[in-house]
Amino acid sequence: MTMMHRPAILTRRTLLATGACTVLISAVPARAEDAPDAVKEAQQAMFGDRPVQDGRVSLKLPPIAENGYSVPLTVDVESPMTAADHVQRIAIFSPRNPVTTVAAFTLGPRTGRARVEPRIRLAGTQAVIAVAEMSDGTLWSGSKETVVTLAACVVL
Amino acid sequence: MASIRISVPDTAAKGEVIELKALLQHPMESSITAFACTYDGEVVSESNFFPSAAANPFLVFYTVATQTGPMEFKWTDQNGESWSQTAQLVVT
Repeated sequence: MTMMHRPAILTRRTLLATGACTVLISAVPARAEDAPDAVKEAQQAMFGDRPVQDGRVSLKLPPIAENGYSVPLTVDVESPMTAADHVQRIAIFSPRNPVTTVAAFTLGPRTGRARVEPRIRLAGTQAVIAVAEMSDGTLWSGSKETVVTLAACVVL
Repeated sequence: MASIRISVPDTAAKGEVIELKALLQHPMESSITAFACTYDGEVVSESNFFPSAAANPFLVFYTVATQTGPMEFKWTDQNGESWSQTAQLVVT
């Protein structure tokens, strides 16, 4: 019995391992210009047709999110946060969640430090995208990939 | 029902950037849509949450200590119901 089943199990394991490797290899960090359509639409709904540039925004996410219902996220934006030059808004987008826009934060010179640390839900492995709107109207973005083991099914 | 935990330093130097932590434990998932922190009558931080934000929202954010005054943390849900808690910050 066991002898007969072993080759089948090995094949399945090999297949699963190959699959897992393919997922990891294809997990290339996303950039602003190749943001998924859902994210592009959500960005346009929030910021209009202004161009989004890469840079100045860095995200921190656990490499593996064990619980997709509550994933700690840190978004840092390079900004002196003065009255003349500060971050006005930070928005977080998820390409795979049913609702793409996750949260939006309004900041100002009184914030002192352009950083927010919320907890978010993720419906599967994906690259989370954050966009920062500066006081001069320019938009900057950054993204970070995370592997979600227990995906949150976001109830609407 | 809802339980609030906030972390505000007791004292801060004028001009110092202080870290604030806010947690609302709330049984109704995904219904919290807005959070605001009012410092001495002025809104210093505002957040809008969508269903993809986690339940029991926990948030860390920052503000510049300007003067001694109350800091009010206020959450609002989709029905307009709100919860708030206030802490006093002494600026030296």
